[in-house]
Amino acid sequence: MQSVIEGRVYKFGDNINSDIIIPGRYLIYIDRERLGQHAFEMLGEGFADKLRSFDILVAGRNFGCGSAREQAATAIQGLGIKAVVASSFARTFYRNAINDGLPIVECPDLFADVAEGDRIRIDLEAGTIELAGKHYAFPKLPESVRKILELGGLAAYLQTQL
Amino acid sequence: MTIAEKILAAKSGRNSVMPGEIVEAYPDLVMSHTATWRSVSVMQKIGATKLYDPNRLAVVLDHISPAKTEKYAGDQQISRNFARKNGVTKFYDVDSGIAHLVLMEAGHVVPGDLIVGTDSHCTIYGSLGALGTGIGYTEVASVWITGKLWLKVPASFSITLQGGFAPGVCAKDLMLYLIGTLGADGCGYKSVEFYGAVRDLSVSERMTMTNLAMEMGVKCAFVPPDEKTAEYLNGRLEDASRYCPVSADADAVYEREIEVDLATLEPMVACPHEVENTKPIGDVAGTHIDQVFLGSCANAKYEDLVVAAGILKGRKIDPGVRMIITPGSKQIMLQAMNSGVLQTLIESGGLVTNPGCGACAGDGGTLADGEVCLSTANRNFIGRMGSSKSSIYLSSPATLAASAIRGVIADPREFLR
Repeated sequence: MQSVIEGRVYKFGDNINSDIIIPGRYLIYIDRERLGQHAFEMLGEGFADKLRSFDILVAGRNFGCGSAREQAATAIQGLGIKAVVASSFARTFYRNAINDGLPIVECPDLFADVAEGDRIRIDLEAGTIELAGKHYAFPKLPESVRKILELGGLAAYLQTQL
Repeated sequence: MTIAEKILAAKSGRNSVMPGEIVEAYPDLVMSHTATWRSVSVMQKIGATKLYDPNRLAVVLDHISPAKTEKYAGDQQISRNFARKNGVTKFYDVDSGIAHLVLMEAGHVVPGDLIVGTDSHCTIYGSLGALGTGIGYTEVASVWITGKLWLKVPASFSITLQGGFAPGVCAKDLMLYLIGTLGADGCGYKSVEFYGAVRDLSVSERMTMTNLAMEMGVKCAFVPPDEKTAEYLNGRLEDASRYCPVSADADAVYEREIEVDLATLEPMVACPHEVENTKPIGDVAGTHIDQVFLGSCANAKYEDLVVAAGILKGRKIDPGVRMIITPGSKQIMLQAMNSGVLQTLIESGGLVTNPGCGACAGDGGTLADGEVCLSTANRNFIGRMGSSKSSIYLSSPATLAASAIRGVIADPREFLR
């Protein structure tokens, strides 16, 4: 995981649930590529392809609510998305993202100011997001959690503990 | 301390904990359902072979069961072989039913326990005073191997119930009312404790409450154990000495205290495509339906089937409606068979499937473009039961039965007069 993530933003609203992110019928897969092919399928044909042209998802409150399916985080990675910034996350998605090696940032201040297509720069080390010269602070992840992210997820972390 | 604080302190070897603290806790039980094979694949990937304690594992094959495709069959075979090879005695195959209900029936859920599992609705274990919360499959593998996980101590809300339900109104309506009022993240990251008239509600109703609490974002939810809890668990526990109910201290701190007068509640319906989109029955009565689904860990318990059968007895459902009934577990199905409840449901026009998650998890009862289903489940997210152009409404078993008869969403109180 890089400590600085930069790119174009796609913006979602509140309560994007994990059934929307990856429908239950695809939970037979666990690999990024195949899950990415079906990510956000319920939002219409071609929507996933559109998302592939963005780098970072920004969302409102309660992103990833609903089912505890870990593949929601995997599917987002399968689209080539490098990080998710939300005003708040559902706790199951939050854990799954960390365990899947997907950087997540809780930063409610950014939401109102950012628009689709904007470029932002997330500095995980410093705990700041930069948008058009303006800086937004967010609480940094605990050291132990950042360690999991740095290694690319919980499976890789576990391997170091065996 | 609150109930959540007490349990997390006990399971992490601490005297006390505060909300916001991160603890390393050792769960008493790790539940994995149809997702088990994914956790097995994580173990294989990292080369781990040893489990921390096989007695703390429970494996229940409940989603998409029995297997519908070769892929599912292969995945279930991996789960089955894993349980056999590792001496997982709490293994329940495709005949058993929904993991949550099966584990509670089997006495594997004890007040004061910490239980994690591959399902967000693990919150249901709080109906018996255990802290249940959902995690992903990689983390399940991690707990299998290390026995522990990090957990943040949640702040707590109390919800005090006053009075009693009017006829035709039940715990499902209360929860839909609360979710609609507080929102899908109204209790985000919080532990919720129910007090007051919850003492008058059955364990089955408490299961519905702690299950649906997930839809307002809780980390866990509790009904403090009482004589009804003890009665439910009597004869179920392998070791009766493990029955040690945990209650909150008198000086426990609640971030928010909510009160609800049950007598003022009406039958409620959650409208497409979010659970928080709730309306009183009067606002949606008359809505066309193609299918009703009496199932899921929220409302396919024996009491739920009895309520539906009470309304359907001697009546026929509308010929334009398909009624799918999926009992929550084999035990529930047997009970409903022996008491004649199943016969009533079938005679009224229903189709009874094998116990399990069924249509709630997209297994059978798939909806076509434009179709509408009224379901007793806990989620109505877009496309969850089939086409992205289909719609799901959620209600109580009583509202479901009344609606099946009328062929449109209908007020169950019309059948109680």
